[in-house]
Amino acid sequence: MTSAPSPVTAPPAAPALRASRVSIPWRSLIMVGALVVIWIVFSLTTDGTFLRPRNLSLLARQTSVTAILAVGMVLVIVAGQIDLSVGALAGLMGGLAAISYMNRQWPLGVAFLAVLVGGSVLGAAQGSLVAYLKIPPFIVTLGGMLLFQGALLGITGGITVSPSRPFLYVGQAYVPLWLGWLVMGSMAAALIASGVRRGGTVLWSRVGFAALVLAFTAVMNAYEGIPVPVLLLLGLAAFFSGVAHHTRFGRHLYAIGGNREAAFYSGISIEKHIIGVFTLMGFLSAVAGIVLTARVGAATSDAGRIMELDAIAAAVIGGTSLLGGQGTVWGALLGALVMASLDNGMSLMNTEAFWQPIIKGSILVAAVAVDMAGRRTRG
Amino acid sequence: MPLLELRDITKDFPGVRALDGVSFTLEKGEIHALCGENGAGKSTLIKTLCGVNPWGTYGGEILLDGAPVRFQSLRDAEHHGIALIAQELALVPELSVMENLALGREPVRGGLIRWDVVRKDAETALELVGLDVDPGRAIKELGIGQQQLVEIGKALAKKARILVLDEPTAALTESDTARLMRLLAELRASGVSLIYISHRLEEVFQIADRVTVLRDGRSVGGAPVREMTTEKVIAMMVGREVGTLYPRPPHKPGVSLLKVENWTVEDPLVPGRQVLRNVSLEVREREIVGLGGLMGAGRTALVSSLFGAARSRVTGTLSLHGGPARKPFASPPEAIAAGLALVSEDRKRYGLVLDASVSENLTLASLLRFVRGFLVDDRKREEQAREEAGALNIRASALGAAVRQLSGGNQQKVVLGKWLLTKPKVLFLDEPTRGVDVGAKAEIHRLIAELAEAGLGVVLVSSDLPELLGMSHRVLVLSLGAATAELSASEATPEAVMTAATMKV
Repeated sequence: MTSAPSPVTAPPAAPALRASRVSIPWRSLIMVGALVVIWIVFSLTTDGTFLRPRNLSLLARQTSVTAILAVGMVLVIVAGQIDLSVGALAGLMGGLAAISYMNRQWPLGVAFLAVLVGGSVLGAAQGSLVAYLKIPPFIVTLGGMLLFQGALLGITGGITVSPSRPFLYVGQAYVPLWLGWLVMGSMAAALIASGVRRGGTVLWSRVGFAALVLAFTAVMNAYEGIPVPVLLLLGLAAFFSGVAHHTRFGRHLYAIGGNREAAFYSGISIEKHIIGVFTLMGFLSAVAGIVLTARVGAATSDAGRIMELDAIAAAVIGGTSLLGGQGTVWGALLGALVMASLDNGMSLMNTEAFWQPIIKGSILVAAVAVDMAGRRTRG
Repeated sequence: MPLLELRDITKDFPGVRALDGVSFTLEKGEIHALCGENGAGKSTLIKTLCGVNPWGTYGGEILLDGAPVRFQSLRDAEHHGIALIAQELALVPELSVMENLALGREPVRGGLIRWDVVRKDAETALELVGLDVDPGRAIKELGIGQQQLVEIGKALAKKARILVLDEPTAALTESDTARLMRLLAELRASGVSLIYISHRLEEVFQIADRVTVLRDGRSVGGAPVREMTTEKVIAMMVGREVGTLYPRPPHKPGVSLLKVENWTVEDPLVPGRQVLRNVSLEVREREIVGLGGLMGAGRTALVSSLFGAARSRVTGTLSLHGGPARKPFASPPEAIAAGLALVSEDRKRYGLVLDASVSENLTLASLLRFVRGFLVDDRKREEQAREEAGALNIRASALGAAVRQLSGGNQQKVVLGKWLLTKPKVLFLDEPTRGVDVGAKAEIHRLIAELAEAGLGVVLVSSDLPELLGMSHRVLVLSLGAATAELSASEATPEAVMTAATMKV
């Protein structure tokens, strides 16, 4: 017995270890690969128009609203929840901001702040229903969606409100070229610096990301500059990615989604975290609503419709598991970019509108199918 | 003065008194075992102790170092140095070992987690429990024995002076269990006090200093272990004397029911690697064949691949009833049609639809027999279910009750009954008594014996060595995917099985 190999000490599991280390970038590589393929196809079918700076700038702006929602949606899904109300809430908050600014003459800052607070409160309210009354989030937010849609119709009376210029900056302005270079340049520098500190393969991936950041800036600046909503999105994504990976709140969301019992027995308050994540989602819905209204230049009575589905699709295409416990903010951003690329490319090709949802739906299912197949073979 | 004293604890659930004036003490540096059948109130008692049932929801008093304490939450209890290692492993599979160790108490600076500290703490904790793995590895890549050690490391990292372990060995192999026992003894020597809940009485007698037995929410007595015997404890638990624990029927093998040759199974996760190599096995009428081996030896892979449930390539031949050799079954329905049945290891995951009724579960695998035209004949189905439940002595208040509400032992009997209704010739039982209380365990053993006597061939996988040896006519031992010994009942001593199970091939 004593000479027997104890199965508790590290088993000869080197292959499993190696497999796990390789599998993580592999999945993201598939996503990036799919995006590259989509872009190549569109640049061929549009004689290169797709890849012009002008169109890429438009694409980035088109991505922003869905992506802002997707950033929050990742956290919601990671915690094992779902939020179907985000599109309607964004529409309602965008409408409220426009009305209080234009019709009620509130100062712009006050209008924005009020909406951000309002969105957070509504998110918290939905979260409380889920956490304390144990109503399934699907139902709570389905009800929320209908409620917000109705409220939006009520406050606009079906009439479109068009905010004036300062409001529109949030969605339509560009960051001055020098400022874009300054912000993104320092971000690239920070990436490389952190890579140097960690060394090894991390360095090369950080250098790669830095190059990507600079290339992005160059392309955007080749047109009018980095669009304000896109910079806002990147800021939010960086912030919430940090929250997800380096704060207790974020890690606890992963724990709750990964094994709720384990989280409970580790002394984590599941209720507080659920309310917290829905509050964040409400806040981000309000941000998305403001950006949406500003980008389109109008608050319509059906703004934000089915955006929740785009956001969920973006998160899932980006590798978020609907079972909870897995997903990244940057992945969701990539997912949102895939969805927006399809919309943008097909519009450029003058494809009839009915094709867009058909293609998007197919891509969504295919993405998850590929992911599941990959999980089966790699464990 | 005892370190911990529970005085007159009473706890009511709607309609049920789960605890009725239970008192319990724990001295510093002792291991105090808590025994009792499922539903006796052990879990409720420790949940009350650990703050899961907060103060105000129970009657009585908890004294720590002689002073009354009122825990509002699990975390509250942890602050007082009481840590619970729950029955279901409380680990997050996707997160790394070090994150799991730090979960709920991550060190932060400026709102950000200090990963360097997390890693260093993890290394300390892993060394403490003697586990040599990279703290950055995901929990799901670890074996279940390793995960159990991570759990204990996690509790120790909370600076616990009282450790409550609820069925810590339920899923462990003999050697992992032995290792855990050593660790617990070391912890006791270093002054930690432990409350130890286990169905395995041999463990209790091996490790504990004192034992307290609960029955129907009351304490029916406690004494130092040296004044107790297994028979006494069992009698206290069930409130009656239990006959011989292992009613193995006489060995009168009939015709060959299943003959397996050169059975080889690939690892579904690592193509090319084999989890079983050239294993041969024969089961005859009226015969119970035990499968011994450590966790990961390939026992479960063998029975599930024979049942057509492998998710990887299987080669080899099997013949039924002395018929011609044929290729492996491609799916469970084929195997069921050929007269095989598998009671799987994890009944909650593979064996039961928890929210469906007892009778629905019982008739799930044999539903086709109750179909007339396009419709299920519910009356016939109820009738069959009632008959089977009666034969199995399933104590369900009504057949309509959801299986979720049943005790572990009764759930296991439902799974067995489900398969018996398919009228199998060969029955595979994978850990049939895991997490089952002593009374139900004896009933399941009796049932296995009856089935074998009635002519079935039984293949029994069990990590409970006395059970394996006590029930089997022959024991086939696997080690790292190969058969290392085939022992007759008289040859199969614990030492012989463990030697073969740890053999390298």
